[in-house]
Amino acid sequence: MEKLIALLVAAPLLGAAVLLCGGRLLDRVGHWLGTLLAAASFAVAVVLFTDMLGKDAEDRSLHQHLFRWIPVEGFQADVAFQLDQLSMTFVLLITSVGTLIHLYSVGYMEHDERRRRFFGYLNLFLAAMLLLVLADNYLLLYVGWEGVGLASYLLIGFWQHKPSAATAAKKAFLVNRVGDMGLSIAIMLMFTTFGTFAFGPVLGAAEETGEGKLTAIGLMLLLAACGKSAQVPLQSWLGDAMEGPTPVSALIHAATMVTAGVYLIVRSGEIFNAAPDAQLAVTVVGAVTLLFGAIVGCAKDDIKKALAGSTMSQIGYMILAAGLGPIGYVFAIMHLVTHGFFKAGLFLGAGSVMHGMNDEVDMRKYGGLRKYMPVTFVTFGLGYLAIIGFPGLSGFFSKDKIIEAAFAKGGAEGWILGSVALLGAAITAYYMTRVMLLTFFGEERWRHRATASPEEPGAEPAAETRGGPGGHAEPHPHESPASMTIPMVLLAVGSVFAGGFFSIGDRFVHWLEPVTHHDHGDSPLSAATVTGATVVVLVVGVTLAWFQYGRRPVPVVAPRGSLLTRAARRDLLQDDFNHVVLVRGGEHLTRSLVYVDHTLVDGVVNGTAASVGGLSGRLRKLQNGYARSYAVSMFGGVAVLIAATLLMRAV
Amino acid sequence: MSATAVHSLWTMAAEPVDKIDAPKIEYGQLAPTLIVIGAAVVGVLIEAFVPRKSRYHAQLFVSVVALAAAFAAVVALAAGDYGTTKARVAAMGAIAVDGPALFLQGTILLVALVAVFTFAERRLDPAAHGNRVDSFVAQAGAVPGGAGEQAAVKAGFTTTEVFPLVLFAVGGMLVFPSANDLLTLFIALEVFSLPLYLLCALARRKRLMSQEAAVKYFLLGAFASAFTLFGIALLYGYAGSVSYGTIADVVDGTVETVDPALADTMGNDALLLIGAAMLVMGLLFKVGAVPFHMWTPDVYQGAPTPVTGFMAAATKVAAFGALLRLLYVVLPGLRWDWRPVMWGVAIITMLGGAIVAITQTDIKRLLAYSSIAHAGFILAGVIATSEDGISSVLFYLGAYSFVTVGAFAVVTLVRDAGGEATHLSKWAGLGRRSPLVAAVFAVFLLAFAGIPLTSGFTGKFAVFKAAAEGGAGPLVVVGVVSSAIAAFFYIRVIVLMFFSEPKADGPSVAVPSPLTTAAIGVGVAVTLVLGVAPQYFLDLAGQAGVFVR
Repeated sequence: MEKLIALLVAAPLLGAAVLLCGGRLLDRVGHWLGTLLAAASFAVAVVLFTDMLGKDAEDRSLHQHLFRWIPVEGFQADVAFQLDQLSMTFVLLITSVGTLIHLYSVGYMEHDERRRRFFGYLNLFLAAMLLLVLADNYLLLYVGWEGVGLASYLLIGFWQHKPSAATAAKKAFLVNRVGDMGLSIAIMLMFTTFGTFAFGPVLGAAEETGEGKLTAIGLMLLLAACGKSAQVPLQSWLGDAMEGPTPVSALIHAATMVTAGVYLIVRSGEIFNAAPDAQLAVTVVGAVTLLFGAIVGCAKDDIKKALAGSTMSQIGYMILAAGLGPIGYVFAIMHLVTHGFFKAGLFLGAGSVMHGMNDEVDMRKYGGLRKYMPVTFVTFGLGYLAIIGFPGLSGFFSKDKIIEAAFAKGGAEGWILGSVALLGAAITAYYMTRVMLLTFFGEERWRHRATASPEEPGAEPAAETRGGPGGHAEPHPHESPASMTIPMVLLAVGSVFAGGFFSIGDRFVHWLEPVTHHDHGDSPLSAATVTGATVVVLVVGVTLAWFQYGRRPVPVVAPRGSLLTRAARRDLLQDDFNHVVLVRGGEHLTRSLVYVDHTLVDGVVNGTAASVGGLSGRLRKLQNGYARSYAVSMFGGVAVLIAATLLMRAV
Repeated sequence: MSATAVHSLWTMAAEPVDKIDAPKIEYGQLAPTLIVIGAAVVGVLIEAFVPRKSRYHAQLFVSVVALAAAFAAVVALAAGDYGTTKARVAAMGAIAVDGPALFLQGTILLVALVAVFTFAERRLDPAAHGNRVDSFVAQAGAVPGGAGEQAAVKAGFTTTEVFPLVLFAVGGMLVFPSANDLLTLFIALEVFSLPLYLLCALARRKRLMSQEAAVKYFLLGAFASAFTLFGIALLYGYAGSVSYGTIADVVDGTVETVDPALADTMGNDALLLIGAAMLVMGLLFKVGAVPFHMWTPDVYQGAPTPVTGFMAAATKVAAFGALLRLLYVVLPGLRWDWRPVMWGVAIITMLGGAIVAITQTDIKRLLAYSSIAHAGFILAGVIATSEDGISSVLFYLGAYSFVTVGAFAVVTLVRDAGGEATHLSKWAGLGRRSPLVAAVFAVFLLAFAGIPLTSGFTGKFAVFKAAAEGGAGPLVVVGVVSSAIAAFFYIRVIVLMFFSEPKADGPSVAVPSPLTTAAIGVGVAVTLVLGVAPQYFLDLAGQAGVFVR
């Protein structure tokens, strides 16, 4: 069975190699080849999963050692895989959602000339992401970590002819670099502390190691997680990343890659357990981001950016849960899985709406679409109910558990975190209801109105814009083709039932417990109280949104809004902050460095050259051509030589 | 022993003396030297008895055969383990036959062989009055530009005496590094110096400059010889012997039997220190170390270029060999006295050579200063006082001498109406006009600069490594800094050759005969082989790293 693990990574990697190197011959079948290989990987995952279910909980973990990568005395880097319950969960999520999104992309990217390349990148992403979750040491994990970063960069900038996409890709790359630096430093610290970076020895030895070092490692890992998972303060790239094609947003920037940070923290649980300060930092980051993302999501009119804010906020929940320690790890992963389903479904729904609306992304120009896109409406609606935590749907179970766990943290901390989580739930209900109302209900604000002006090509130029010269005329909303709706339906099924399925008899908890361990904590509030509170805030949020957007007509041009609204529209001024502090600061720094280089360094270098040259010119004059002065120099030389020799003896 | 005891010696001297034994000479072990000296004598006879027309060919034949045979003899001795297990002192204690001696003799012989090819080159200058001419004056005794000279040129005279002169010089050089007593050392010094003084004066063109160089070299050489001799006298006064082994024993304190005639002076450390310093100075003069280097640029520039190449390569090998033996065999007990002084000499030599070279405008003077800087680098290896130090110096000398001969051979090729065009400005754009010659010269320059994949890098690395391990870290730092300074002017020449516009009236590159081509070819081949695959030769030098006592 172990031998199959490498196959999981190999299948999409082969796809990437073939598609990217294959040339135009593959243009016609490339997308199906890519989808097939993703599905093959999924099939292998299912086989491994059934095999794993047949074993006892304690010995489900599988290991495969492929080869020794860097054998240098004490520095042993292996290419080896570890498949335990945690990895298995991720593998199933990645391959299943990945396959569905491959399928969706077949329809979505139909008219794009570079579709083969797109599928090559998607396969590359799958391979890297699987490598990330299957690695049995941090260095190999880092390879996957960088691999998904590369794939993300390539896919965000897939339409690189658009300056905005190119800039967004660059921004994502640069911001991620900061986080990656954290991971690399963490790995170096591990090597100096433990002498290795394989999961087993490192996590096994965490108990006996000094708290200071573990805190340092933990904070560096948190920095890495912040970069990859778009957490405050490295969150700024995710909104712009929506410039990528919608399937990319669904797969990479909602369901899988952005959750790598959560994986990293849960995987390194032993380190965080022994470093309470780092854990506290994790919860703070999670709590801040969960509010930050939610507030941004409330103000955005661009449907994808609203969903991006929501993603940020939901990952904030997961990070918060991961920071709670053994009480939260399981629920962080559970919410991650359910979120993978419903958020991917929501993004695909958004893509379907845009597909039918000539790539219009402004929700203020939607309205009343439920009649025209019934399948999209239903699947999107189910995803909506799931994310706001409507009782009985996936999100309800997973989010409720996180809120409970936050209270169970105990003390003032528990109260604060729990309240923040509850507040977040209310805001989630508010902004998602807003999206829902703006898009599918109300007046048909798109009537008698051309979409996306010619000067500003739509966000999705590849999708159906080939309507001849009338491409920018009034849109004709319509349902998307089956290749797009089938994945949406399947994801909707997941969004509805996954949470319930996981929660019956605490299945998910028992499944993950051998890896992450579980602790109930002691909540000051009973489970029923928390659930009640969750439902109450849900109703409050929905009602507020309905009063604001459901009862009154929605203006097509956004009103000026309050100070907070305007700030939220600008992503709570994160870019302005970065610009003032980092960009300006960096410019000043480089300018002063250039100045130092020109004056001091060049001055020293040129000065040295000039002085050596001058010295040379002077010494040259000693060589005057007279044998007598040469003889004098020799005589003087020998005198000095003798004197020095005698002096040495005297000393 | 008191002064009264000395007087009693006079009475003792009246007793019948022991018979003097006839010297025992191991001819087989001295074969390399004897072959070369013998061939030189034959060369003199050829000058006397062979018709003028045939002399050139006869001399060339004899020289080449003699050098090759001598080299074969060296190889045979080395193969017979004379370099390692059977190393011994031969010829009544006058000559050492050991690893360093054989290695250096082999190097000198090969370099001399290559240099003889450049001496024999007769195709570079246009024929005068139907006679091919070489680099040497038609009749050395004639007044420059006078009627006698014109007549000699018209008659097609050539100075074939250069061949026996070279052989004599080589003979002296072979003895110099293997001399095992101070008198042999001095005689060898004079045997190889006097022919060189003469050779310097024999340039066909720029004769006045050539004669001036010779006179300067002679005067300063004589001056230095005087110091050397004085140093020898003082050392004799100190130890009562001129034999290396005995002096070393006296320095160590293992021999205390005092020669009654020297009772007052023997064991006096002042004599030892002053004598040693003067002797070392004489050798430093020969290797061209600062501040005894002043003759180098003038002589290198004035001498006929083939002679310069030979002199720069072979003299340095011989003199460093003698210096090594002196410091490692005679004065190891004095290590703590001479090492700091040699440190200073090495530092100012490296820096002085490299810095002054920057402003040179004549290619031959440039190479002269470069040779001074290289002397400094080699001194760094000498100072290591370890077996690695010896073998690294041996390797460096072998590598450096071939580069030098090759580089000067290239200089003979670049000519204009006035003979060799040695001014740097005339070399501008040479790479465009004659890419091959410029490329070959660039290889030599890179080797001088110590760029990897050339022999210069391997050699420099070896000496610096030995010096660093011998505790001379700061010296290595200075060495690397000087290398960086030196790289500037080497690279500058390359830039000049390849990246400057050629001048309209620039020099042309003469097409040489196979002789010079072979010399340059050997130079390039050795440079590259020692740079790319040096291990065999490093091992060879490593095996040859032990002096016999």
